[in-house]
Amino acid sequence: VSPQVNDAESTVSVEFTPTIPHCSMATLIGLSIKVKLLRSLPDRFKLDVHITPGTHASEHAVNKQLADKERVAAALENSHLLEVVNQCLSARS
Amino acid sequence: LKGLGADFTFGFIQVMDGEKDPRNLLVAFQIVRDLIAKNYALGPFVEELFEVTSCYFPVDFTPPPNDPHGIQREDLILSLRAILASTPLFAEFLLPLLIEKLDSDLQSAKLDSLQTLTACCAVYGQKELQEFLPSLWSSLRREVFQTASEKIETECLAALHALSACLSRSVVSSDAEDLLDSFLGNILQDCRHHLCEPDMKLVWPSAKLLQAAASASLRTYHCITHSVLPLLLEQYTKHPQSSQRRTILEMLLGFLELQQKWGHVEEDESTLLSLQAPVCSVVFSALTDASVQLQLVGIKALTLLGSLKGFLSSSDLELVVDHLIRLTLHEDSQSSEAAMAAAGSLAPIYPKVFSGHMVPRLAEELQSGRAEKARDEESSHDLCSLQQRCLQALAAVSTHTSIMRETVPVLLRHLQKVQKGSEAGNTQDMISVCQSLHRVALLCQQDAESCWYFHQTVVPCLLAMAVQAAMQESTHLLLGKALLEEEVLTAMIPVISAATTHLSPELAAQSVSHVVPLFLDGEVSFLPQNNFPCSFQPFGDGECLEAQRRLVALLMAFVCSLPRNVAIPQQEWLLRELLELSCSCNCPFTATTAAKCFAGLVNKHPAGKGAELDAIGPCPLLAGGTTHPVPSVPPGQQLDEILQLAVNSMEPSLVEGPRRMQALTLLLWVRPALDVWVRGAEAASLALIVLPPQVTKALLLRYHPLSSCLTDKLLGLLGDTELGPAVADGFSLLMAESPDVLHKGCHADVRIMFRQRFFTDNVPKLVQGFHEAGPDVKANYLKGLSHVLNHLPKPVLVTELPTLLSLLLEALSCSDHVVQLSTLTCLQPLLLEAPQIMSLHVDTLVTKFLSLTSSPTMAVRIAALRCAHALTCLPTPVLLPYKARVIRALAKPLDDKKRLVRKEAVAARGEW
Repeated sequence: VSPQVNDAESTVSVEFTPTIPHCSMATLIGLSIKVKLLRSLPDRFKLDVHITPGTHASEHAVNKQLADKERVAAALENSHLLEVVNQCLSARS
Repeated sequence: LKGLGADFTFGFIQVMDGEKDPRNLLVAFQIVRDLIAKNYALGPFVEELFEVTSCYFPVDFTPPPNDPHGIQREDLILSLRAILASTPLFAEFLLPLLIEKLDSDLQSAKLDSLQTLTACCAVYGQKELQEFLPSLWSSLRREVFQTASEKIETECLAALHALSACLSRSVVSSDAEDLLDSFLGNILQDCRHHLCEPDMKLVWPSAKLLQAAASASLRTYHCITHSVLPLLLEQYTKHPQSSQRRTILEMLLGFLELQQKWGHVEEDESTLLSLQAPVCSVVFSALTDASVQLQLVGIKALTLLGSLKGFLSSSDLELVVDHLIRLTLHEDSQSSEAAMAAAGSLAPIYPKVFSGHMVPRLAEELQSGRAEKARDEESSHDLCSLQQRCLQALAAVSTHTSIMRETVPVLLRHLQKVQKGSEAGNTQDMISVCQSLHRVALLCQQDAESCWYFHQTVVPCLLAMAVQAAMQESTHLLLGKALLEEEVLTAMIPVISAATTHLSPELAAQSVSHVVPLFLDGEVSFLPQNNFPCSFQPFGDGECLEAQRRLVALLMAFVCSLPRNVAIPQQEWLLRELLELSCSCNCPFTATTAAKCFAGLVNKHPAGKGAELDAIGPCPLLAGGTTHPVPSVPPGQQLDEILQLAVNSMEPSLVEGPRRMQALTLLLWVRPALDVWVRGAEAASLALIVLPPQVTKALLLRYHPLSSCLTDKLLGLLGDTELGPAVADGFSLLMAESPDVLHKGCHADVRIMFRQRFFTDNVPKLVQGFHEAGPDVKANYLKGLSHVLNHLPKPVLVTELPTLLSLLLEALSCSDHVVQLSTLTCLQPLLLEAPQIMSLHVDTLVTKFLSLTSSPTMAVRIAALRCAHALTCLPTPVLLPYKARVIRALAKPLDDKKRLVRKEAVAARGEW
């Protein structure tokens, strides 16, 4: 994972690389990163989460989903999905 | 029963078959154990007996909720295991079962099998294990190589250890195959080659397996190290990269550690000894490598090798000391610390080498360091830390009496040199030396001889230096003499204290007979270099004695650390002088230390007559009246007299009245010398504040009845606008552990539960006072209360909570940020520990916490956010109505200008 932060312009960009090109968890991982950022950053920030170019078979589709605010909001209304995301984000003791 | 023979066994098997109730099973298991242990005839039914018990393996049992019998899964597991592992007769049936269960997917099954295997090895021999060894090894290897679970890895290693130990124990006839050899041969064959690939995944599992086998017995150790050690040494040379060398050296270290366990038995055949030269060269090479991590492993290895008897030759030792010195002084701070610790461990083993080589070198560096520093200001920073390191190293290496006798003079000489110099930064240098002396003092405490040597050498020397410095200042204002600075004297206190606490009473009495007359009578004859220009009178009057008075701090360090049954000569006189000094001196430092000294002495004084009664009514001593001087007064009564005197000195300041009258009254009671400064009121209030908490605490610790009267006075003073805040802070002093005077390490008299008692006696009054107080002083009561609550043991706090909660909630609305902070700090653990009670007030809590997250004070914002975080411990139904509001409100602190605040906000908001 490699983040780029620009405080003055209020942008954050996070690029992540799935372990294998057909990683089925890529969407979930991207969503989790997006949710963590949404929860931890002030409202003024524009968020961009995407897959490192050239590292995943369906990167275009995944990136499109992650960039779509409504898709993300809808996903988080699914309680099962939300539970899984919360588990991913829960602090490890 | 035995007379029934095998029929009994068969009958029992039939009875037990199919049993499901855990209670019955426990009894049945016990019976089977007895059958085996007490040699009942099992006849042809061994296998049946095994079947009827092993069908329960591995145990799968979840106790029902609210089980009245309290049988746990562990009980069944252990009971069953005791049966299965009880006899070699079961081996042929059990081992295949274990191997099968080891292949299972269930982690608990694997663990159970491994643990049972380990238990079996205690009773089995080669004969039972013979045909199963290859499968057992292959399963163990597979588990260790593939597992992600630390627990399984640990159990596998333990099982391998047990197997190897078992095989080692067996007696073999001359023509039979030695199973141990072939077993170890298999292990080596499968693991050895992985050691040659330090970057790869299997290197550590292989190393651990080999180490587990090697640690089982002398034979296994011999066999494995014979094969592995030369290989590792070769690999070290082959792989030049630091990270790889580090892995190899760490593996080597693991085997070296086993040498301590087994190697001492057969020295002439030891593989390690035959490889002495290459091992040393590898370790020394690690010490000179650029990578800090590799250096650290090298240092560990060095410490280990040093502890092996006869391993290092004397020329090796000199080289070792050279390396340690270089690492300590010139390398990275991590390596430096590790090297100092290593020197500390090795010094007691080779005291002559260290005292002959290391100490002179360090002393030399210390000397030349100062010279360099004086000449060249620019590089003074580097040399500063070089000096610090020398000082720390001298302390670290003083782990043996003979070495300590060399290092202490070096440190003292250095201190004297620094004092004579006139450069800036002297204060810090002196403090560093004192810190080193303190470390040495702590090291000496366990050995009576070292302790006395240290005390005899250091205490008079420090006192002499201090007295000398003070005398030179008698005619000037305090300028430039670093030794008399508060920080330096404060740094000396722990040194003297540590040097005194562990003395035997006889030796302590000897020392007391010198030190107390020094201060009371100016008896300087016992000090080294005692040609002083004038007399030493720290308790005398006069401005010129200001510097001398400061040295009371050193007296305090000594006297308050004495063991309890050491009589102090002229104790009454000393107490009176201290009392007077603390009331009349206008230097806060001196006044405080004099008060502390007074308090420490009062605490250890034999109890006064008044202490026999637990006074509930008005305090008899404060009822007025003067004391009548009585010759040869018993000690208890002396204490009461002293306290009366103390109270009489304080009384005037407590007179209520209009402010002007009070100031005038105070001035009239203040010593003429202080009138000049026109800070009389301050001095008196200084005495008031400085003296009572210390004295009160001293008494508090011993439950003297006067303590409640004095505490009441303090409570009353909380309402005073001028003195209130200082009194409130004083409550912290009453409850907390004071590091230098009134705690157990100094042999003070500390009754158990004094905090609880203080709480029970005084919190109701605090609460009442709070409610009755005017708005401008309410904060004082809250501050006092917060201090009391913060130091109380948690169980007591939780019990008293409901009554105090409304007070605390009110405190949150107080505008004083100190009160807010202490209340928030108080509330946070309460949220974690008493969520049910706190739930009742969730609305107020949420509102207050959120509003405090915008406080102008950073500490308050952080504390409020932590409290908001802690709120999540409350039951979910209670929190849900507030969820949206809190999450919205916490968005703002995410953008706080302080990073620490943002960090807390992220944690809190994430949790919500």
